[in-house]
Amino acid sequence: MIELQHINKVYHSNTGDLQALTDINLSIGEGEIFGIIGLSGAGKSTLVRCINMLETPTSGTVLVDGQDMTKMSPSQLRKARQNIGMIFQHFNLLSSRTVYGNIAFPLEIQGKSGDEIKKKVDSLLELVGLTDRRDHYPSQLSGGQKQRVGIARALASDPKVLLCDEATSALDPQTTESILELLRDINKRLNITIVMITHQMNVVKEICDHVAVIEAGRIIEEGSLYEVFTNPKNPTTKEFVASTRTDIVPDLVKQMSLHKPYKPGDKALVRLHFLGDSAGEPVIAVLIKKYNVDVNILSGNVETLQNIPYGTLLIGMDADEQHMKDAMDYLRSLSLQIEVIGYVS
Amino acid sequence: MSANMVNMLLRSLGETCYMVLVSAALATLFGMPLGVILTVTGKGHILENKVINRSLGAVVNATRSTPFIILMVAIIPLTRLIVGSSIGTTAAIVPLTISATPFIARIIESSLLEVDPGVIEAAESMGASPMQIIWKVLLPESMHSIVLGVTLAMISLIGSSAMAGALGGGGLGDLAIRYGYQRFQADTMVATVIILIVLVQLVQTVGNRISAHLNKTKIK
Repeated sequence: MIELQHINKVYHSNTGDLQALTDINLSIGEGEIFGIIGLSGAGKSTLVRCINMLETPTSGTVLVDGQDMTKMSPSQLRKARQNIGMIFQHFNLLSSRTVYGNIAFPLEIQGKSGDEIKKKVDSLLELVGLTDRRDHYPSQLSGGQKQRVGIARALASDPKVLLCDEATSALDPQTTESILELLRDINKRLNITIVMITHQMNVVKEICDHVAVIEAGRIIEEGSLYEVFTNPKNPTTKEFVASTRTDIVPDLVKQMSLHKPYKPGDKALVRLHFLGDSAGEPVIAVLIKKYNVDVNILSGNVETLQNIPYGTLLIGMDADEQHMKDAMDYLRSLSLQIEVIGYVS
Repeated sequence: MSANMVNMLLRSLGETCYMVLVSAALATLFGMPLGVILTVTGKGHILENKVINRSLGAVVNATRSTPFIILMVAIIPLTRLIVGSSIGTTAAIVPLTISATPFIARIIESSLLEVDPGVIEAAESMGASPMQIIWKVLLPESMHSIVLGVTLAMISLIGSSAMAGALGGGGLGDLAIRYGYQRFQADTMVATVIILIVLVQLVQTVGNRISAHLNKTKIK
C-alpha cells in the first residue's frame, strides 16, 4: 500500500544543513498496522509527513496505492490526500465548529451535497460513539472524545490509509487503551492501512503487526512485532522493549549489589524468555531435580504478541559451583533465551 | 441648554456615526483581503511569497505612519476625484477609510496568525486548497478576534473623525471645537465629551458581546 524508497530529507538553514531523514526504505502492506517508533527528534514526524507530502522529501520516491506522490501537481496531490486520513497528537480540531461540523469539514472540501454529508457524518458519529456529542464544541470535550472526533474526521472520505502522528501521546493510559481499541476495530472492519508514529512502545505492542525503529533519521531495525519484541538487536530497540517489561526487577533485588562475572558461592539472577513452543519445557523442575539448584521465582509474566504467547520469568538460582555451571549450560542449550542479570554473593 | 443646541448635538452625533460606520465598513472590506494576503504570504504560511509580503507590508506601514490630519489634506485631490468634493461629511469618509484600512489589515493579520498551525496542517492533510483554508479555517477560527480588532479600529475612527471638522466634515469633534472651545460654551464641550464617552463604551460593549458569542474556545 505504501512504498518509501530512498527517502532523504534535508532542511537548509543559515546555520547549516540538517539531515532529518537518511535513505529510508519501508514497505507497508495493505491492511497492516505499522508502527514507527523513535525518541523525540528521531525524525518520525517528518517521516510520516513525507507519506502525504506535508513535508516534501529532498529525494526519493513515495508510492501510496501505486501512485507516486512526489510527482504530482498541487491539485492532483490534494485529490490524493483525500485517500490518506491523518490524526494528530493535539487533535487539531476546528474550535469554531461543532463535532458535526468538524467531521463534515473534509466532505465540504470535496464539495459533497448536504444530504450525503449528513448521512456520512451520522454514521461516523455512531462508529466512534459520539452521537450524543453531535452539537458540542471541541472545548466541551475530553481529550479522548476529541481524538474520536479526529478519527471520525479522518475517516470521512473513506481513505485507504490512516496516518497517526503520536495520536495517543496526549492521552491518559485508559483513554489511550480505548482509542487503540477503536483503531484496531476500524482496521479490521474497514481493512484500512494504519501507520502509527509513537514514542510509546506499549502502544506499538498493543496493536501493531510490524514495527520499524527510527533513530537519528535512519531506520535501525525493522520486522514483525514478534521478532522485534522477542529478539531486539539494536541497543535502542532493546531499551524500548525493556521499557514495556512488566516484570520489573523487584525492589528487594534492586537493593542487592549485583556483580559479574560469577564467583564461587554466588547466587544468580536470571531472566528466562519463553517464546512460542519453548513454553512446553519443564525448565524449573529440571533445574531443581537434575541440577540440585534452589530456584526462587521472583516474578513472572505471560503476554501475547500478535496472538503468539510470550512469557518471561525472573528467577534466583542458588547452587554450588559445579551445579551452577551445569545448570547454566543446560539453560543455554534450550530454545529459550536466557539473560543473566547478575550475581549476588 | 437650548433646543437649538440639542438639535445640533443630535445632528453632530448622526454625522459622527455616519462617518465612523461607513468608513469602518469600507476599511474592513478593503483591510480584510489585505490582512489575509499579508498572512498567507508570510514565512512558512500556505502561500509564502516574500516579494508580495514585503512590498505590501511596506505600503501598509507607510500609510500607517502618516498622521491622520496630514493624510487628510494630502489626499484632497483623490477625495475630490471619488466624492466630487473635498469638503463635507461624505468627503471625510475617504481619508478616514484610507487611514483605517492598513490598521485593520494589520489587526486581521495578527488575528489570523493566532490560528493554530496544527489546524491548518490538518486541513492541508485533508486536501483543502489555499482558498478553502482561508474561507473555512482561517477566517472562521479567528472571527472572534477579528471582531475585537474591528471594534478597536472603530474607536480609533471615532477619534480621527473629530479631526474631520478641518474638511468641514462635521461631527461631534467639530462641534466641540467650534462651539465648546472657540465660543467658550463649556456646557456644549461637556455634552460632546459625555456623548463620545458613552459612544465608545457602547461600541466596545457591543464588540465584546459579539466576540464572546463567536468564541467557541471557552464554552464549557
